[in-house]
This record gives sequence, structure tokens and C-alpha cells, in this order.
Amino acid sequence: MKTLDRVKNIATPFVFGVLFLALWESAVNGFDLKPYFLAAPSKIMEQFLNNTTRIWEATAVSGSNALVGLVIGTILGIAMSFILSRFRFLSQLITPLAISLNAIPIFVLVAVLNNMYSITSEIPRRFMVTLVVYFIVLVNVARGLTQVSSIQVELMRSYAASEFAILRKVRVPNAIPYLFTALKVAAPASVITAFVSEYFGGLQNGLGSRITSNIANSKNAAAWAYVLGACLLGLAFYTVSIILESLTRKGQTK
Amino acid sequence: MSAVVNTSAVEVAGASKIFNEGTANQVDALLDVNLTIAPGEFVSLIGPSGCGKSTLLRLIANLLEPTQGAISVNGKTSAQSRLDQDYGMAFQQAGLFDWRTVSKNIELPLELKGWDKKKRAVRAAQMLELVKLEEFGNMYPWQLSGGMQQRVAIARALAAHPPLLLMDEPFGALDEMTREYMQGELLRICAETSTTVVFVTHSIPEAVYLSNRVVVMSPRPGRILEVIDVNLGSKRSELTRAADGFFRSITSVREALRGTHADHVASTAIRGVEDR
Repeated sequence: MKTLDRVKNIATPFVFGVLFLALWESAVNGFDLKPYFLAAPSKIMEQFLNNTTRIWEATAVSGSNALVGLVIGTILGIAMSFILSRFRFLSQLITPLAISLNAIPIFVLVAVLNNMYSITSEIPRRFMVTLVVYFIVLVNVARGLTQVSSIQVELMRSYAASEFAILRKVRVPNAIPYLFTALKVAAPASVITAFVSEYFGGLQNGLGSRITSNIANSKNAAAWAYVLGACLLGLAFYTVSIILESLTRKGQTK
Repeated sequence: MSAVVNTSAVEVAGASKIFNEGTANQVDALLDVNLTIAPGEFVSLIGPSGCGKSTLLRLIANLLEPTQGAISVNGKTSAQSRLDQDYGMAFQQAGLFDWRTVSKNIELPLELKGWDKKKRAVRAAQMLELVKLEEFGNMYPWQLSGGMQQRVAIARALAAHPPLLLMDEPFGALDEMTREYMQGELLRICAETSTTVVFVTHSIPEAVYLSNRVVVMSPRPGRILEVIDVNLGSKRSELTRAADGFFRSITSVREALRGTHADHVASTAIRGVEDR
């Protein structure tokens, strides 16, 4: 019964995906849609397979930008959340700023940054990813450090525990699931930010730039092939964050 | 242990507690409370919601400071006894740490006392035996039932062998059957470890069944209305719950809570016992 359920769980979206692609393919062929309007999945796959090296190179550029930003943003976010949870008045100063920065499309800042740095620099994009990741991690981890059970804190005080012991034995373990929630959101966001940042000029070597330039040259199928590369990169980031999370849980589910 | 024979386990002298003093939200939680508890005694605090019984417990635990008055535990100030970990504490929620196994939860107070790993493991195993959860040491708290979690919380509170146990409605969230079983277990454990207990509850039968004395408190500002001796002997069992003395004590506590005394009421007939 259980294996049947599992097969169903996997088969249903798979069948749906195959049907969707078949429908797409037959729509392109049946209505004789021009390649510059909508490319057929088979053509996209062909482009993808013919250009694997170039797509891989572009993916590596965008991917490393995303990864560098993700790592730095996560480290800075964690560090800042510790400071904020220790000094509440700072959190009152910074939280509104963090929220408002999250509310505006901060990608546009990359245009300004491109002006500040040389046109051949990867720094503006990496900085952009760092900024996006930083706030996601900061808000979530700070919540995990502060929203601990009051019973557990009272209990620790009844053991005459120091603030540092409470941090180490209650706040940090409580914040770990929050960190992984943040990473699950931040990992795909870092990839998206890395792509979108490429639309604002600078080096033309990443996936985002390739997609734009191919569309500009009416190479629709090639553009879609790069989109497929982008999807795979986003999925890879997401998968890694899920695996990391399951490793830390060690079989406890809640 | 550290308690000298003539020292009382808990001494509350003229304690008052006012929250948010001088503001619009001022709450007079406790007013001039005097209470002396002897070593080995089991004392319950009972009263309507908001009567300050939990506040009184937290004053004894030094989790709160009294606005007036003084509190001593085992002849020391309450602050010193907290630093010395002279008491264990258990709450209505078990408050176990989800990321620690049952054994590691019990070891927590010992870790903070700086015990080495081996000594901690030995004590945790003893405590698991005491609360009859020997096979569950390697499980995580969320894999246990509510009653089992509460037993782990009691084991944790007693792990360092403190002479005093402070409990804030520890069985309040349990169903009636589990609750009665846990009451029996608590009495057994306290008898085996000769621990003094201060027990906050809002259940009259629970207070009477467990206690040597029941402290009845008034609505806010909390004062002690009456202290009722429960003469049911030291050995209590399920038969105690059917004994005449049990019902008589329940009636006395209820009348004290209502502010009427048995002597002033024409009929002392039992008015039916609440089920919790």
C-alpha cells in the first residue's frame, strides 16, 4: 500500500509533466507557430544538447555568483542576528529598515553598483545576492534566537544558567530549523537575483545575459535552452538546502 | 543534605509582590504572605485564577524578586539557593527540549552543574528508573505521550537530587486517569527521595490527596486565607480517595475557598465532589 502511494506520488507529477510537454509540442506543430513566437520542446532540447559547453559555462558564472553571495550573505545574516538578539534596541532600529529593503525591488541597485565598479567586475552581482540573502537569513535566524519557549528560559534560570549558557543550549538549537527555512527561501532567491542582476549591464557571460542576447537575435529555442539551464541551477541550489536540512534533523520529524 | 534539622525548607516572611508599580497597569499580585514549610513536607497552594499562587512559587524560586518581605530556602536567601541549585522545578508544560533525547534532557541540570559525562549518564539512568521510563532514554520527547513527558520533566527536576521541588500545575494538562496515576507516582518518588514539595494546583482533590497542608489563597491581591492540615497519614493509596477523611478535607478546602467555615454552616453534609 505504501509503495503504491509512493509510486503515485512520483508518477502523478511526472505524467502531468510529460502530458504538458506533449501538448506544447503538438500546439507548436498543429498551429504552425513560428519559432520566434514559441519554440517547440524538441527544438529546445536540441539546442540544449548542442550547446552544453556554452550553457555550462554561463551556468557556472551565474551559479558561482549566486553561491558566493549565498555563503557571504548567510554568514553575515547569522552574525547580525546574534548581535540583534543580544541588543534589543539595535533590533528596533534595524528591523524596519530590513522590512522596507525587502519590500522594494532592490535589484535595481545593481545598476548603481555597476556604475561604481568596473564593467568587468563580478562584485556588483555578488553584492546584490549577498544583500538579498542577508536579509532573509537575518530576519529568520533572529526570530529563532528570540522566540524561545518562556518555560525553557525560566527553567534555565532556575538552574542558575548564564546568558551564554541559555544562548548555547536553548537559543541556538531553537534557531537551527529557522536557519534552514531561511536557506530554503534564500537558495532559489540567490539564483534569481544572480540572473536578474545580469539584465542591468556589466559582464555578458552569465545565463541571464545569454537569455537576453539570444532573444534579441530571435534565437528563441536557444534562449529557452538557457532558461532550462537556469531552472536546473535553481533546482540544484534548492536540493542542496533540502539535503542539508535532512542531515541536521537525523530522523526527527516534527 | 545541606538542610540542617532545625532549618525550615522554605520561609516566606511578609512577602508582597506588585507588578508594574506606579503605572496604569499596576497589579497587586501578593499581599503580606507568611508561610513556613518544614523539610519533607508536601504543601499545595490553591486558589482561583490570578490569586498569585504561581507568583508565590516564582518568588520562592527567585525567578521573581518580592516587592517587600524576605524569602529563605534551606536557611539561605532564595537568590543563593537558586545559584546553588537547591531546588528543581516543573511546569504545566513539560518544557522538554525537542532536540535532546530523553536522557539528555534529564542530564541538562547536571551539565550546568559541570558534572562529567559518565556521572551524568549514570544519574540519568537512575532517574529514568525512578520514573519507570528505562527503555525510553534514547527517544526524543515528541515520541512520548503527555504523561510520559511530564514524568521526564519530574525526573529532570529531581536529577541533581535537590532537597526542594517546586511544581506549577504539573498535571494540569493531563487527562483524569493519567493525572491520578501521576499523583501516586509523585508521592512514591517524593517518599523515596524525601523531597520537600511546593505544589501549585487549582484542583481541590489533587491538593488534598497529595498534601500534608493545603494553603488556600484569596483572589487578587493574593493573601493566605487559611492553611488546612490534611490528616490522611503518610501512606496514601487509591483507597485514600474513597476515605471519609478525604471528603472531609475536600469540604474544608472548598469552604475556605468560598470564605465560609464549616463551623458556621448548619449542615456539614458533603455537597458532592468535583471531578477534578
